[in-house]
Amino acid sequence: MDESKHLVEVKNLWKVFGIDNLTGCSFTSEDVRMIEEKKGIIAVRDVSFRIKRGEVFVVMGLSGSGKSTLARCLLRLIEPNHGEIMFDGLDITKMKKQELIEFRRHKVAMVFQHYGLLPHRTVLENVAFGLKLRGVKKNKREAIAREVIARVGLTGWESRYPHNLSGGMQQRVGIARALAQDADLLIMDEPYSGLDPLIRREMQDELIRLQKEFKKTVLFVTHDLNEAVRLGDCMAVMRAGKIVQIGSPEDVIARPANEYVQRFVGDHNRMQELSAGASKIASA
Amino acid sequence: MFPESMEYHISSHIDAFIAWLNVAGEAQFAAISKGLLSMILTVYNLLVFIPWWIWIVLVALIYWYCRRKLVSSIILALLLMSAGIFGYWSAAMETLAVVIVAVLLAVLLGIPLGILMSQKDKVEVVLTPLLDAMQTLPSFVYLIPVLMLFGLGKVPAVLATFIYALPPVVRLTNLGIRQVSDNLVEVGEAFGANRWQLMKEILLPLSVPSILAGINQTTMMALAMVIVCSMIGAGGVGYDVLIAINRLEVGKGFEAGFVVVALAIIIDRLTQGIAQRWQNPGMAKE
Repeated sequence: MDESKHLVEVKNLWKVFGIDNLTGCSFTSEDVRMIEEKKGIIAVRDVSFRIKRGEVFVVMGLSGSGKSTLARCLLRLIEPNHGEIMFDGLDITKMKKQELIEFRRHKVAMVFQHYGLLPHRTVLENVAFGLKLRGVKKNKREAIAREVIARVGLTGWESRYPHNLSGGMQQRVGIARALAQDADLLIMDEPYSGLDPLIRREMQDELIRLQKEFKKTVLFVTHDLNEAVRLGDCMAVMRAGKIVQIGSPEDVIARPANEYVQRFVGDHNRMQELSAGASKIASA
Repeated sequence: MFPESMEYHISSHIDAFIAWLNVAGEAQFAAISKGLLSMILTVYNLLVFIPWWIWIVLVALIYWYCRRKLVSSIILALLLMSAGIFGYWSAAMETLAVVIVAVLLAVLLGIPLGILMSQKDKVEVVLTPLLDAMQTLPSFVYLIPVLMLFGLGKVPAVLATFIYALPPVVRLTNLGIRQVSDNLVEVGEAFGANRWQLMKEILLPLSVPSILAGINQTTMMALAMVIVCSMIGAGGVGYDVLIAINRLEVGKGFEAGFVVVALAIIIDRLTQGIAQRWQNPGMAKE
C-alpha cells in the first residue's frame, strides 16, 4: 500500500484576521512585521504538524490561542492565507469549490463546542443530516442514524427535538452526527467545554471507548490539559497562534518546552497529587 | 408670484408616453388583465359558493385549532357574522377576493425577492430604499400608475394592492434569513452543504416564523389598500365606505367601517394563529 503513515500534514499554515488582500503574501519576516504594524491579528502563525492515522491528536491552548481557527482551517470554514494542508495526499488549500464540498461531505466530520444541532429537526434527522447532504436515501440514512444513536446510548430519543435534551445528551447527538459520516477524520472543537465536570468525564470515557471500537483519526481541540492527557496520543500546545510544543502527553508533562507549558503542567500535577492523596485517604 | 416664463410641464410628455405604452403594450396589458380578472372571479366564486354559516363555523374552528381559546373563537365568528348582519356579506367577499389574489401575488414574488436580498448584499442595498419608498408613499399615489395602464376596475385594484403590500414580506424574509445564527450556517458548511442545501435545510426552515410574520403584515396592508382602491373601482366594502363619505351618511359609514375592522381583526388573528401553529415543532413551547 502506498498509504503513508500520516493522514494529515499541515505545513507552514498562516491565518491573519483584520487585513484583506494578503493573496500572494509569502509571510517573510518583513511581511509579518508589516502585518503587525497594520494591527492585523495573526491567529495561526506558521503552524506545521502531522496527524497519524488512527491517533487522537490534541490541540491544546487557552482561548484566543488560535486552536479553533486552526481546526476550521482544515475544513476551510476559515480560509487560511498561506500554507499547505495535505489530506491523504491531496492539498485542501488548492481544492475548487465543488471538490471542497465533496471533501467535507465524505472525508471529515466535525463536532462543535455549542453542539450546532438543528432546532427544527429531530434527533434522528439531526444525526442523519450529513448523510442527507450526501444524497443518501431516506431509509438508508435513517437506518444508519439509528445504529449510531444506539452506539452513543440515545435509543428511544430519536423523535425528540434538541431542546428536550440536556447538554450532555445534545453533544452525544452532535457526536453521533459526526460518527454517522464514517469519515476519515473527526474534528472535535472543544466538544466538552460546555458540560459540567462529571458529565465531561463520562463523555471522555465514552470517547475512549468509541475510539477503541472505531479507531478513528481525531483532531481534538481543548483548553484542558487533563482532557488532553486522557485522550491524546499526541498533543500540540498553542500560544498566540504558534505551536510551542508538540509531542506525546507524557513528553509534554515530563519536559515542558517553556515556562508557558510549565504553568499548565504545574496545574495538572497539583491536580494529580490532590486526587492521588484523596484516593489514598479513601482506601485507607 | 412665480414667473410664468419659468414654468415647465412634463405632464404632456407623460401623457404621450402612457398613450404610446397603451398602444404598444395593449396585448400584454389585456392578457394580464384577463388573467387577473379570472383569478379574482374564481376566488370570489369560491368564497360565495360556500354558504355563509360554513365560513363562520370554519373561522371559529380554525382559530380554536390554532390557539385553543374559546371566547376569542366565538368573538371572531361573531365579527364575521356582523358583515352579513349589516348587509355587507357579498361586498365583504368581494373585498376578500381582491385581498387574497393580491397577497398571493405578493407572497409569490416577495419570498424569492427576500431570499435573493438576503444572499446578495448588493440587492439589499438597491432594494432597501425602494422598499422604504414603497412603504412611505401615500397609498393612493399607487393608484395613479396602475390607473394609467389598466383603467378602472378590480384589476388595477389588485395591482395597486399588490405593490403596496409587497414590502413587509420581502423585508421579513430577508431579515429572517439573515438572523439565522452563524453557528448553524457553519454546521451546514462543515457537513458539505451547497448553497441550495444550506437554504433548504437550514436558512429557510429557521426563518419560517419571520416569513409568516411578513405574510401577516402583508395581508393587513393589503386589506387597508383595498379599501382605498374603492376609489378606482375595487368595489367591496370600501365602495360603501366611499359612498357613505360622499353622502355624509354617518350611520352607514359606521356599519361599513365596522365590517372593515371586523375583517381586519379576523384576518390578523387567523394568520397569526396559523403562523404559531405552523412554527417549527422543535421551537414550540409545549
